[in-house]
Amino acid sequence: MTAADDALRLEGIRKSFGSFVALQNIDLAIRRGEFVCFLGPSGCGKTTLLRVVAGLEQQTSGRVIQHGRDVSALPPAARDYGIVFQSYALFPNLTVAQNVAYGLASRRKRRAEIDARVRELLTLVGLPDAGPKYPAQCSGGQQQRVALARALATSPSLLLLDEPLSALDAKVRERLRGEIRALQRRVGVTTIMVTHDQEEALSMADRVVVMNHGAIEQCGTPAEVYEQPATPFVATFLGRVNILSGRSLGEGRYRVGSCELALPADGFPPGTDVRIFVRPEDRHVEGDLAALPNRLSGRISRIDYLGTFCLAEVGCDGIEQPLTVSFSLNQLHDLGVREGGRLDFALRPDRVRVFADGAK
Amino acid sequence: MLGEWIAARGGLLLLGSALFVFLTLPLAMLFVRSFEDRGGAFVGLANFARYVQTPALAQSTWNTLTFATLTTAVVVPMAFLFAYAIQRTCIPAKGAWRSIALLPILAPSLLAAISFIYLFGNQGVLKALLPVFGLEAIYGLPGMVLAMAFATFPHAVMILLASLSLADARLYEAADAMGASALRRFMTVTLPSAKYGLVSAAMVAFTMAVSEFGVPKVIGGNYPVLAIDVYKQVIGQQNFQMGAVVGLVLLAPAVVAFVIDALVQRRQKALLTARSVPYAPKRAVLRDALFLAYVVAISAYMLGVILMAAYGSFVKFWPYNLSFTLDHYRYGFEEAGVEHAYRNSLVMAGLCAVIGAAITFAGAYWVEKTRGADWLRPAIRLQAMLPMAVPGMVLGIGYILFFNEPSNPLTVLYGTMAILVASTIVHFYSSSHLTAVTALKQLDGEFESVSASLKVPFYKTFTRVTVPVCLPTVIDIARYYFVNAMTTISAVVFLYSPKTTLAAISILHMDEAGAIGAAAAMATLIVATSAVVTVVSLGVEHLILKRTQAWRRTSVAN
Repeated sequence: MTAADDALRLEGIRKSFGSFVALQNIDLAIRRGEFVCFLGPSGCGKTTLLRVVAGLEQQTSGRVIQHGRDVSALPPAARDYGIVFQSYALFPNLTVAQNVAYGLASRRKRRAEIDARVRELLTLVGLPDAGPKYPAQCSGGQQQRVALARALATSPSLLLLDEPLSALDAKVRERLRGEIRALQRRVGVTTIMVTHDQEEALSMADRVVVMNHGAIEQCGTPAEVYEQPATPFVATFLGRVNILSGRSLGEGRYRVGSCELALPADGFPPGTDVRIFVRPEDRHVEGDLAALPNRLSGRISRIDYLGTFCLAEVGCDGIEQPLTVSFSLNQLHDLGVREGGRLDFALRPDRVRVFADGAK
Repeated sequence: MLGEWIAARGGLLLLGSALFVFLTLPLAMLFVRSFEDRGGAFVGLANFARYVQTPALAQSTWNTLTFATLTTAVVVPMAFLFAYAIQRTCIPAKGAWRSIALLPILAPSLLAAISFIYLFGNQGVLKALLPVFGLEAIYGLPGMVLAMAFATFPHAVMILLASLSLADARLYEAADAMGASALRRFMTVTLPSAKYGLVSAAMVAFTMAVSEFGVPKVIGGNYPVLAIDVYKQVIGQQNFQMGAVVGLVLLAPAVVAFVIDALVQRRQKALLTARSVPYAPKRAVLRDALFLAYVVAISAYMLGVILMAAYGSFVKFWPYNLSFTLDHYRYGFEEAGVEHAYRNSLVMAGLCAVIGAAITFAGAYWVEKTRGADWLRPAIRLQAMLPMAVPGMVLGIGYILFFNEPSNPLTVLYGTMAILVASTIVHFYSSSHLTAVTALKQLDGEFESVSASLKVPFYKTFTRVTVPVCLPTVIDIARYYFVNAMTTISAVVFLYSPKTTLAAISILHMDEAGAIGAAAAMATLIVATSAVVTVVSLGVEHLILKRTQAWRRTSVAN
């Protein structure tokens, strides 16, 4: 694969507003047909980056290359993409069909051709009969799909979605996640979606670009960014995590409180202060624990029910900090986990991540 | 694409240069001339020194400030009580009272002066009442303040209605829960939240009074004010240099008021948060009865003043022969050349409405929604707000100086209808611009971005989406221009020619000629015209809203 095969390449994108640096040295390549999510907290620069791709913001420096064509300096209308905004920006005085046809009408197509394309698109997004309605007469989820149909109408090679689901109810949001993903696969359009919702990013994307303070923290598949977070920020931003303070003893051994843990060697010289990131599920609780390293034992001080699973807060012997351990409901019953009871468990060294203290 | 690039920048450039030529340059000319002698040589502050040393002018300055201060002191409490009654009590028929309070907008400001002459003037029916109030005659300061209070009332009421409409019920509940007395609650919750509105209303009333020309002309008697002086200097004595100096003196209080108001407005914003709960007044029999009595009295006053002028225009010889006649209308139309003036006014107001609304709305759109040439935008925004700080008289002098300058190729405009239309649009540009910007800001900010991604040029989206959605606002702006063009005197009084004389100005002429009946007839005709246009345009808006309600409804829930 050569560079020209990438649907989109960003090279050294920087954007500053006065003294505020919104984006710093963003390099990214997106393959044809890929679904990429820009994920991060508000103010991390993800929407600014999307707007730079769209040409709605002009980057301070760096290049945007679409299918091998440098579009860095081109206005939005000269680039090739469809976009769905958080507000959908449907034209209120035009019907759904007129909205979808908006970009088609100016391309000198015949009336019948346009009508057929509009019907095709509305069917594609599951709203075959919505054509004569006005946006105000549609539900939020329907409006979202109309916006999607409008963005896809001109068959763009790139689809940009700016927090497309955040204005919707939780239930509708979950359903549309699957629908958008399925639609994207069917059409095969390269897609970038901006979101602050980690669940949304993990469940929809081929690749997640985790951003913070205007920079890319990590870029990888959902499994990579969740299971092997490259930075403490990624580890804490995605999912729940316990952070234990410890000190390296060299060769993958660490002291936490009065306990000693054996983890894969990370090359920290002895005496380095570290922080050890343990997710609530990164533990063994069943089977022959005695044969496993990194055994811990403690008293359960609290259990939080979260529906399909529960979080138990464990005060471990020899460690000052309480540790949160997750259980499925079945495990909770089978293992007799209860508040005030004792718990023996072992950390999974393959999952636990260690970062030098002070790393961000 | 290239077309779009040119359209975006070209629109901005056109608007920017139009404002520059028809606003900034004339005002700059005013500055330049005030430092020159008649021959055009630079004389530094000599003109200002002469101004200060002229006792008559110094007296006028003092008179003007007295007049404006008294007007403000009368109209602001009057308007505050009225707005309070509408927004914070449970009196019936609020819509009717509100409409009556706004009626003076439809009339030239000097209509009230004419009415007060009918009532309290030399032949006034209530003249005998004057000594009761310790007055010898209505002419002079008392009549001016009364008439000006009438003219400024709707402007103050509109501002105070808006500022009292926003109240956080939670603050009142908290005050009640802590057992605060009604007075304490008023002083600690109501007044502070209306403070900025009060300042704004005071500034508007003061500025209007400082630069008022019609009222002192008709009922001012021997009480000279700056607006009259500047007219005499420029039109009477052709002393443009001294006119420019007086113009700058007139500009000063208006600019100060404008700056204070702008500073106060900036602090206003944080008062109400999105989480505020709107306040709804509860019934209180005694309070509601007292406020109803007050509102009825004020409404009677407003209606009375208008009806007095209308009545006066239909009687033979006030107050001795009260039989009905159309003589005043006939006289005005047949002998005083009023028909011509009235027709001019209709043409002028119509042109202002159509051209003004188009330029203002398109201009606001270009400034707020297009991309590129960003260095031009602040310059245009500043110029768009400038007219608010410039009294009409000052604008008029600036126009004379600029468009009468022999070396200026635009002198061809001098004495034409075009210059009247241009000056009137510029004079009332700020409010219209703000109205348009407010409406545009309510639209989704991404319409233009979506259009660009669909490769539809922004001007197509402007005509296909923006204008249809904002049509009611465009009509509002057109109506505002029309009514103001019908009633305005201040700028155009310097600019009309015998061919383009206007209805409101002809009132001054007839009053000067002693034909007060004809003057009242003309004033009545203007009110009637403005009223008809207002009713018709509101009807059209209503029809539009009804026909488009399918898509104007707010979105249904998810």
